[in-house]
Amino acid sequence: MSLKVVVDFNVCQDHGQCVFAAPEVFEIDEAGRLVVLVEEPDETLRASVEDAADVCPVQAITIAG
Amino acid sequence: MTSQRALVVGAGLGGLRTAEALRTGGFTGEVLVVGDEDWAPYNRPPLSKEALAGELAHDKLAFRVRSNAADVVWRHGVRVDHADLDGRAVTLADGERLTYDVLVAATGVSARRLPIPGPPATAAGGRHVIRMLDDAIGLRAALVPGAKVVVLGAGFIGCEVAATARKLGCEVHSVAIDAYPMVRPLGVDLASELQRRHEAQGVVFHLGVGVSEFVGDEHVTGVVLSDGTRLDADVVLEALGSRCNVEWLEGNGLDLTDGVLTDTALRPLRDGVPVDGVAAVGDVVRFPNRRFDDRAWRVEHWNIPTDSGRRAGAVLSAWLAADGYDEVTTADWTLLPAFWSDQYDTRLQSYGMPGLADADGIRVLEGSLDDECVVGYHRGDDLVGVVGVGMLRVVNGYRDRVGRGLVGP
Repeated sequence: MSLKVVVDFNVCQDHGQCVFAAPEVFEIDEAGRLVVLVEEPDETLRASVEDAADVCPVQAITIAG
Repeated sequence: MTSQRALVVGAGLGGLRTAEALRTGGFTGEVLVVGDEDWAPYNRPPLSKEALAGELAHDKLAFRVRSNAADVVWRHGVRVDHADLDGRAVTLADGERLTYDVLVAATGVSARRLPIPGPPATAAGGRHVIRMLDDAIGLRAALVPGAKVVVLGAGFIGCEVAATARKLGCEVHSVAIDAYPMVRPLGVDLASELQRRHEAQGVVFHLGVGVSEFVGDEHVTGVVLSDGTRLDADVVLEALGSRCNVEWLEGNGLDLTDGVLTDTALRPLRDGVPVDGVAAVGDVVRFPNRRFDDRAWRVEHWNIPTDSGRRAGAVLSAWLAADGYDEVTTADWTLLPAFWSDQYDTRLQSYGMPGLADADGIRVLEGSLDDECVVGYHRGDDLVGVVGVGMLRVVNGYRDRVGRGLVGP
């Protein structure tokens, strides 16, 4: 089963907490904005992506698949 | 074999994360969550910030529930009156009795009110608190342009509401017994800078004073301060901290002096001995966090319900399965408190426990106070907290260095 990470950028406020949970998938760029590095991460990253969605202070991250 | 039941009392973030973590831990019995609010778990911090300024809708604030917790049973609008830990049962307000195999205390805190008589302590009486969605809806309706708003308490929530009310065009007075807003966690230098930013936006502070009287009969019309100042008021917000929702646990021999005292496995202590099969999580748990020291702390930061809920779910599922329990309970578990605050264009991001710093241990590490900066909070040589004013990437870079008291780097 493939994993798809969706960030609602209308909701995202660049808190960057997801970066600590899943640094392979999320990054804060030089300008302080959130970037999704891998939109369809490997299944082995499911737990850390779920953690990232949990710790988003504005619940901007959803996981499909 | 009869199915086992995990009963979670409290349907906020801590209850949700514990329910999910019971499933992650392999528990396949019934997970039943009862909560006294009518709402499914939702995010509270926006209630004093962007949601209060914009749209206060439950569906915008509701937490995503992990797919592994889709079969959790929720009963909303149900209050637990009493728990009998020896009998492994709770009694609901309507007299119904629910038995359990494991119990989670996730009942959180309530907004504290001043014990001063006056108009009804309700939204209709103009006397507001802000803790729950319904509180915020009541307050929002009163924050009309030109309304005279008196905010009692200048902690984070009071200051966030003051900022939001200014944004909505209200007149705002902020009253606090402290010498500066948010000074207890942040220290004088940053607190006075934040006061300056609020004043630049038109907030009027009355500091070092208390409240002696509420004026008005059916609806508040003013507040009299302890120095005799009388402030007109259409809206009063009591943002004076919290009291723990622990009454339902009384009579079980637990230490409930400030929340529920537990060990590092989040098991409540009875005469110093942990009660197996019971855990406390979220705002209501007071637990030793060896990332800082051996003392037990209760911390109302945003990540505590999630981190403590995961811990409780792992401990309780191991107990229920009678598998790996000693291993999980004795593991060195710690967490790093974190929260943020938005006031005007200022975003504060905190990691650790800045309030533990020595009075002379607070230093600007990066940037400058009157712009963006990172402030470090030290106890002796230990960095016990960092607060970023803006500078997100920079403050995030300090995060992992915070608080390594008894657990090493």
